[in-house]
Amino acid sequence: MARFSPGDPVQVQDIRPPGHIRTPLYVRGKTGTIERICGLFANPEELAFGRDGLPLRPLYRVQFEQAELWPDYDGPAGDAVEVEIFEHWLEPAGRNAP
Amino acid sequence: MSHVHDHDHDHTPPADQDGPLSYYQAMEGAVRALLIEKGIVTADEVRAAIEAMDARSPALGAKVVARAWSDRAYKARLLANGTAACEELGIDMGPTRLVVVENQEKLHNVIVCTLCSCYPRMLLGLPPDWYKARAYRSRVVREPRAVLREFGTEIPDGWQIRVHDSTADMRYMVLPRRPEGTDGLDEAALADLVTRDCMVGVALPKAP
Amino acid sequence: MSDPGRAHHDMGGLPAGPVESSEHDYALWEKRVDALLVLLSDKKRGLIRVDELRRGIEQLGAKAYDEMSYYERWIASITSNLLEKGVITSDELGHKMAEIEARAREAS
Repeated sequence: MARFSPGDPVQVQDIRPPGHIRTPLYVRGKTGTIERICGLFANPEELAFGRDGLPLRPLYRVQFEQAELWPDYDGPAGDAVEVEIFEHWLEPAGRNAP
Repeated sequence: MSHVHDHDHDHTPPADQDGPLSYYQAMEGAVRALLIEKGIVTADEVRAAIEAMDARSPALGAKVVARAWSDRAYKARLLANGTAACEELGIDMGPTRLVVVENQEKLHNVIVCTLCSCYPRMLLGLPPDWYKARAYRSRVVREPRAVLREFGTEIPDGWQIRVHDSTADMRYMVLPRRPEGTDGLDEAALADLVTRDCMVGVALPKAP
Repeated sequence: MSDPGRAHHDMGGLPAGPVESSEHDYALWEKRVDALLVLLSDKKRGLIRVDELRRGIEQLGAKAYDEMSYYERWIASITSNLLEKGVITSDELGHKMAEIEARAREAS
């Protein structure tokens, strides 16, 4: 059962573990919106070390406003980046998240 | 036989018969030989895999785009399930999970893999060097307009740009907008307007 | 090391120079590396996962990452994975590489 639905505001965990991580640094700690659920997939952090990466877990596409990602972004509001992020990297974001 | 390489990286390996064998070329040869000796792969399988990859090129993607431009229902299916729609046209997508993102009147999409080089290979063939290199991977998420300008593509101020970072299991293709003045063109002629670069999102399709 | 919390390959958003849009035709040895990974990761063999290939590349270190070419990184990672899994040994690899290098010298 996926924890999040399209439209939900989410925040990316602000942690920096070593290992094979597919959540890029530039979105850590950032808040975005679930664009879609991609499906259930094995955890690449485990697959990378020859383990089975189970249980399968939801993978989402999350949309981030560029202005949220970069303090000096010089394009228009509404420019965005969409990134695939696994559920275990996401927390619900409050309406008034900082 | 000589190849003219338009590159200026001195680490780019020479074509097979030019120059001395590099350490890594020897490693490739040795690993392949050992795997064949151990019965893990065969030389025929290696050849077949290369032929299969050589057979894939942006022409496959162009065919998909041309069909989507010509057939509204197909386009809807393509946007709903990219992989299934490509398979409908006889394109073997293997395990690829394709997401097709649609350029709209004032929305432009561009694809990157900031972490490595994920690319819809089954549909477009092997990615170009620049897609896999530092400059593109670092900068297109942060300054997409400046990067697109370097490709000669100017996105007007009033438009939005959406950058898609292929970080996990999905692969992406941009569905460009059908150019003006193409009403009379058949699918083959439409496909001729569709370049690899416009399916990655760093360019717009050619004018008719 | 300027930022130990950043893995070297995780470069989204970092400053960089202009995009060099020149491309090179893939050499045969590069296509063979690609083919090896396709075969080793297929359903029949399942010896190396793409994730393991990526992890092996990431573990090459910053200098190697920057200085090696794309398929050099791939073959280095494929080889490292095969050694880790005991599919090949360093001894047989070393001898086979020497044999290949000797043949190449004789042919030139």
